[in-house]
Amino acid sequence: MNGVARVARSAGWRGAGSGRARGAVSLEREARAALWSVGVALLLAVAAPAAAQTVAIVGARVHPVSGPPLDGATVLIRDGKIAALGRDVIVPPDAQRIDATGKVVTPGFLDSATELGVVEIGLAPGTVDASTEDDRITAAFTVADALNPQSTLIPVTRVEGITRAVVLPAPGASLIAGRGVLVELGSDRATEMIQKNPVGMFAVLGEAGAEKAGGARGAALLRLREALEDARDFAANRRSFEAGQRREYAMSRLDLEAMAPVIRGELPLALSVDRASDILAALRLAQDYGLELILLGAAEAWRVAGEIARAGVPVVINPFSNIPGFDNLGATLENAARLEAAGVLVAFATFDAHNSRKLKQGAGIAVAYGMPWEAGLRSVTLTAARIWGIADRYGSLEPGKDADVVIWSGDPFELLTRVEHVFIRGREVPPDTRQRELFLRYRDLRSLPGARP
Amino acid sequence: MKGRIASWPLGLAALLGCASAGSEPATGPAPQAAAAEAEAFASTYQPLPSQPTLIRNATILTAAGPPLQHASLLMQEGKIVAVGLEVAAPQGVVVVDATGKWVTPGIIDNHSHLGVYPAPGTQALSDGNEATDPNTAQVWAEHSVWPQDPQFPLARAGGVTSMQVLPGSANLFGGRGVVLKNVPSRTVQGLKFPGAPHTLKMACGENPKRVYGSRNRFPSTRMGNVAGYRAAWIKAREYREKWERWGKSSRRDPEKEPARDLQLETLAGVLDGKILIQNHCYRADEMAIMMDIAREFGYRIAAFHHAVEAYKVRDLLAAQGICASMWADWWGFKIEAYDGIMQNIPLVHEAGGCAIVHSDSEEGIQRLNQEAAKAMRAAQEMGMDVDREDAIQWITLNPARSIGIDRWTGSLEAGKMADVVIWSGDPFSIYGRAEQVFIDGALVYDRADPRRRPRTDFQVGLVPEVVP
Repeated sequence: MNGVARVARSAGWRGAGSGRARGAVSLEREARAALWSVGVALLLAVAAPAAAQTVAIVGARVHPVSGPPLDGATVLIRDGKIAALGRDVIVPPDAQRIDATGKVVTPGFLDSATELGVVEIGLAPGTVDASTEDDRITAAFTVADALNPQSTLIPVTRVEGITRAVVLPAPGASLIAGRGVLVELGSDRATEMIQKNPVGMFAVLGEAGAEKAGGARGAALLRLREALEDARDFAANRRSFEAGQRREYAMSRLDLEAMAPVIRGELPLALSVDRASDILAALRLAQDYGLELILLGAAEAWRVAGEIARAGVPVVINPFSNIPGFDNLGATLENAARLEAAGVLVAFATFDAHNSRKLKQGAGIAVAYGMPWEAGLRSVTLTAARIWGIADRYGSLEPGKDADVVIWSGDPFELLTRVEHVFIRGREVPPDTRQRELFLRYRDLRSLPGARP
Repeated sequence: MKGRIASWPLGLAALLGCASAGSEPATGPAPQAAAAEAEAFASTYQPLPSQPTLIRNATILTAAGPPLQHASLLMQEGKIVAVGLEVAAPQGVVVVDATGKWVTPGIIDNHSHLGVYPAPGTQALSDGNEATDPNTAQVWAEHSVWPQDPQFPLARAGGVTSMQVLPGSANLFGGRGVVLKNVPSRTVQGLKFPGAPHTLKMACGENPKRVYGSRNRFPSTRMGNVAGYRAAWIKAREYREKWERWGKSSRRDPEKEPARDLQLETLAGVLDGKILIQNHCYRADEMAIMMDIAREFGYRIAAFHHAVEAYKVRDLLAAQGICASMWADWWGFKIEAYDGIMQNIPLVHEAGGCAIVHSDSEEGIQRLNQEAAKAMRAAQEMGMDVDREDAIQWITLNPARSIGIDRWTGSLEAGKMADVVIWSGDPFSIYGRAEQVFIDGALVYDRADPRRRPRTDFQVGLVPEVVP
């Protein structure tokens, strides 16, 4: 397979999100849209000090997200959890004390759709594990087995205040891409890194889905319905299937198994879809089958915000998206603000791996384009946690929740704000990244080995 | 018209000098279409009607000196007349009270594909890469540009007043780029920046070798790439000499006039110093090799684009006066981008080089100010002394310099084109938005006034009225 074709294939989410078929070669952008990898020996192990720390962050403006901001408050972290929060918290003598006067404290951010940990270098085949062309396991396919906690992308991302991510598969052979996983970005073991697996079943509709189903949107919906019908039939007639007495299914046995929690409404179906008419079709599908639906991309969601709100369906959007295409003629930077105003649950995602760290810029853009600041913060913390079903553990600074805590030099969305400390489940993340090492190596050209060019 | 090389207007040769640092702003009139009449597809750009305008009480980043507080800027007849703390308001001038607002030069993107990869991104409109031969120096990006690309007004809303549109990076020689003013126009000629030199896109590394190697064609390796560049320059030399001989011959026998070759004409134009090389190149070692090739054949590289490893050879770039166009944070999407660091731009700047933030993106071009801010933050985080007066140059004066238009635009100085942006606040803040954009003194974008947010033909009737 030539490089261009491969990239075009693995560019799935971006393609789906923007409806852009670049044809032969917009090489740079296709390459960037591809994500992924394994197998690169990491210079920097993900150093996560194992010892449970007790840390008291004092004096900051704290945004618990679950409640109004507190000035001059203390956040106490113990055994990986938020132990206490407020103005009258007594700092234990054994606690590491961080004076954060004048700083801002928030929960760590969650990127609601990324390929972190399954992509190392987009255009290096063998370092990309985000999708499969094996059509026997398109729904059963899961990214969890390939997660690489030593990916160089992870430290680069988490030092920017992003502590959790939904890692999703890219569509390969089928419009059903497979199962994603929710990870935290501070462990050096994949098993520890995984917070929820699977976190959702991912599929594409719209132009991208139509392409995978023979060129028509109707065919894509039919495929999905067929998959759901088969899964339902399989679940109700397992014994006769095993005895070889059932009709032939459109999906493999592994796929049917994987779809079972989706038809039970236990595992969300996350559909990538942009056009307003496709969004409505997705809502109808979800209603027909009693699915837990999440809309991904959803560039034109604002045009049908009322319907989405009434259906109680959450939306994960790319806040940078405003380039019109035939799937998203109504793309606008005000999408998030308009959805929020209509009462829709909104979370943000980068749909990228290397640039997952741009999540906070994206949230800032949504705020600059009309979303209330507090809502912007919620979209990358508590709302995302609710959508993905981990709000009991993460998403706000409340006693008992995991201590994903970031200390910022100022407004987290501001481009000149620095991240000063990042804690993931109570452990402070070291500042080292491969990029930082490269900077330090090249800081003084005269000190390089073989300094003469 | 035969003998094009020989008869190339002298005006263009003079322009090359403009690509050097610190050239004086032109005090005379900007070159108009007349100066380029002899040129094919000549610019027909005309400044839009404008009113004399005084912007008062703003924080002004001039890109030519320290920031000015509570300062004024006067535009008249498309030109900047005065910038400073005390600027007198002539009779009848439109006064804009910019208290609390910031003013910068118009943003310039020296690496864009607007118009050649327009929206909607369908195959039928995808015209940016003539990926059919390693050398397509004969194609011109301007012949692909669709002036009705709705991405132009989106960029305008981001304060972009000029841009270089390049053909793609599949080829060793991708073709000629074009410099545009970001105004509404029915024709590409109406967008062409008057007097801007032609440019030639070259590409190093992974792209050309992948595109042709995957078809089992030459080149499939980096050494193949280099052999391809050198072979082409050898031919270009011969072609140029042939024309020179003919031009010098006492009896110009029409029978013996050399045949024009569009591909070689472009390359010969580079050797003549009339066409500026814009070289897509990521890796440090490859940039050094490209510098050697330029030395071997006697041409100059105006800028390396993408230049993800520019920081590793920033001393070489600075010594040779070659600009580096970089992203603030894109990295890792291919192996040659794996060593990307966020201090790349400030490190090149600190070394005395010509550092540029470019977009190569229809999304990124809308917020080059934010991209510059991220690079500034990364520098400050590492203790580097970089501030707004540096960062503004990365998106205004330096890109202007890299494409040979810095004597007319890129900074706020008397005599330059009145390409000016009024921002709602600090342009390096996520919340700072372009409120008014002036091109040659004409208000071409006003966030508060829908009539000053022109829509393209494509948007009419199809795209609902939405805010960028």
